[in-house]
Amino acid sequence: MKIKISIPTERIQNPIISESIIETGISINIMVANIDSTYGELIADVSDFQFDKIKNALESRGAIVSILDRPIHRDEEECVECGACISVCPMNVYTFDEAWNVQVEEKKCIQCGMCIKMCPHGALKLGE
Amino acid sequence: MVKKSIHEINRKIEDGSVNVVTAEEMVTIVKDLGVEGAAKEVDVVTTGTFGAMCSSGLMLNLGHSEPPIKIQKVWFNNVEAYSGVAAVDAYLGAAQISDTRGIQYGGAHVIEDLLRGKEINVHATSYGTDCYPRKVLETTITLEDLNEAVLLNPRNAYQKYAAATNSSKRILNTYMGELLPNFGNVTYSGAGVLSPLSNDPNYETIGMGTRIFIGGAQGYVIGNGTQHSPSSGFGTLMLKGNLKEMSPDYLRAASFTGYGTTLYMGIGIPIPILNERLAAATAVRDEDITTNILDYAVGSRDKPIIRQVNYAELKSGMVQIEGKNVPTSSLSSFKYARKIANELKQWIKQGEFFISMPVERLPGEGLAKPMKQTQAVPLVKDVMSDFIVTIKKDQTIQEAAKKIWENSFNHLAVVSETGELVGILTAWDISKAVAENSFDSVESVMTKKVLTCSPNEPVDIAARRLDRYGVSAMPVIDTQNRVLGIITSDNISKLFARRY
Repeated sequence: MKIKISIPTERIQNPIISESIIETGISINIMVANIDSTYGELIADVSDFQFDKIKNALESRGAIVSILDRPIHRDEEECVECGACISVCPMNVYTFDEAWNVQVEEKKCIQCGMCIKMCPHGALKLGE
Repeated sequence: MVKKSIHEINRKIEDGSVNVVTAEEMVTIVKDLGVEGAAKEVDVVTTGTFGAMCSSGLMLNLGHSEPPIKIQKVWFNNVEAYSGVAAVDAYLGAAQISDTRGIQYGGAHVIEDLLRGKEINVHATSYGTDCYPRKVLETTITLEDLNEAVLLNPRNAYQKYAAATNSSKRILNTYMGELLPNFGNVTYSGAGVLSPLSNDPNYETIGMGTRIFIGGAQGYVIGNGTQHSPSSGFGTLMLKGNLKEMSPDYLRAASFTGYGTTLYMGIGIPIPILNERLAAATAVRDEDITTNILDYAVGSRDKPIIRQVNYAELKSGMVQIEGKNVPTSSLSSFKYARKIANELKQWIKQGEFFISMPVERLPGEGLAKPMKQTQAVPLVKDVMSDFIVTIKKDQTIQEAAKKIWENSFNHLAVVSETGELVGILTAWDISKAVAENSFDSVESVMTKKVLTCSPNEPVDIAARRLDRYGVSAMPVIDTQNRVLGIITSDNISKLFARRY
């Protein structure tokens, strides 16, 4: 599953991610990492059954962990099903079905934001 | 020989016996029945397209104010319209952007907002005359309040359009969408099998006066579009339709990041099957319509052709470029194109839409010309140094140093046995090698990924590239990768020194 790890300012100096990985022995696949001196936000992939353990490890160190259920939101009124989003998505979230409807496989999304800039109709935005 | 007339077809529309199919359905019908059989069987083929058509706009009339104003400048929701036509007429272009909100909102958005019944702020100024004394006007209007609101689109429904890709190392934001670096994607536009002009490539039935589906209303072709280029297969149409009769299902404002606003128009054109020739033409398939993939990394009018491609390949979702599978994105909506072709088919079947013959044919020959520019832009070949010192990659650093010193030339082009460029070596590279005490061959210290330019590129584009990548010179190469010269920041400064 895709998870979002937020690291608040007061903990940004601590090696939270490394410590949690070493402690639990769980590998997480970091797909997006935006970290600077004030704040950190990461999107990572972790297997479903290891989620609780890594969440506890991270949260005991001050991080906030949430599951990305709907990482991307499509406004179906605005969308004209052109498919502009398809080729810019590194995770192949978007595909056409037989009838040329755009299909969205939300679970694959890593919130990189490429499709949001691409969409000519402003139909896409990051979800929670 | 099948020969039908528009009157016969319209009588069939009236009595409900007309046989209408979409251009997609026509492909299999012609395959099954043959051209003659299909021409007998089918009366009308409907086409459809739904995509970004920047060259669109609204001609409107506001009615006279009290006291009256001869509008000199006018804004709708802070988007300026052209008002140099009488007193209260204005033309609002789809691609005009907002003075306050930039490319997020433009003429296209005002048009869609009007269509959705929203109130629009109007601000106008004038110099005042005896007959039109008012100098400033502030009001709000809705679509209903306008006397006329007619879409007059100078260039719509391109026969086909070139696809886009990007060979450079950075993301490009274009009117063809986001183009990813290193041929990361290909974007395209056009409905292929359903494209109106591709189904009547000789413009036999589509011409001035042809009744069409436009934005969900009935409108007309009023002539060839601007930049109509039939000899290259890129015909265009100038269209008109009443905004008051349109539907937001088929007219949508859009904004391309880093480019600006545009209007997605839904256009459908019926093609009466008067003879076998038209039956054969409307059987055109995606694979029969070819276009080029152009490299948008070159910011010049004539973009290099990467390869030829057909719409079947583009619509498959993947095309091959240099042996690599590259994903494609459509910017126009095939689902909506299909919806339009089907809706038009229903209109005709239900006797709500009658076919018309053009009162005048569109030009079937000719090419769009490039702009005449009186101030010629100097090209790279005009300012580059023809003299360039070359060296082979297996020569020594010492030989390289000697060449630089003897020629007092800062850049050495490293070439292969056959004269192709393989790297570049600067005095700085040599100093570094000396400092690190590594005296291997030229190959070990040269820069292998060399920024280059072609002799026919405008100098300002080469200058922008030098600046962006922070280098002081670029070898100029021909298409075979052979070195012709070098352009340095010195060459460019001299160009300006000469001019001023």
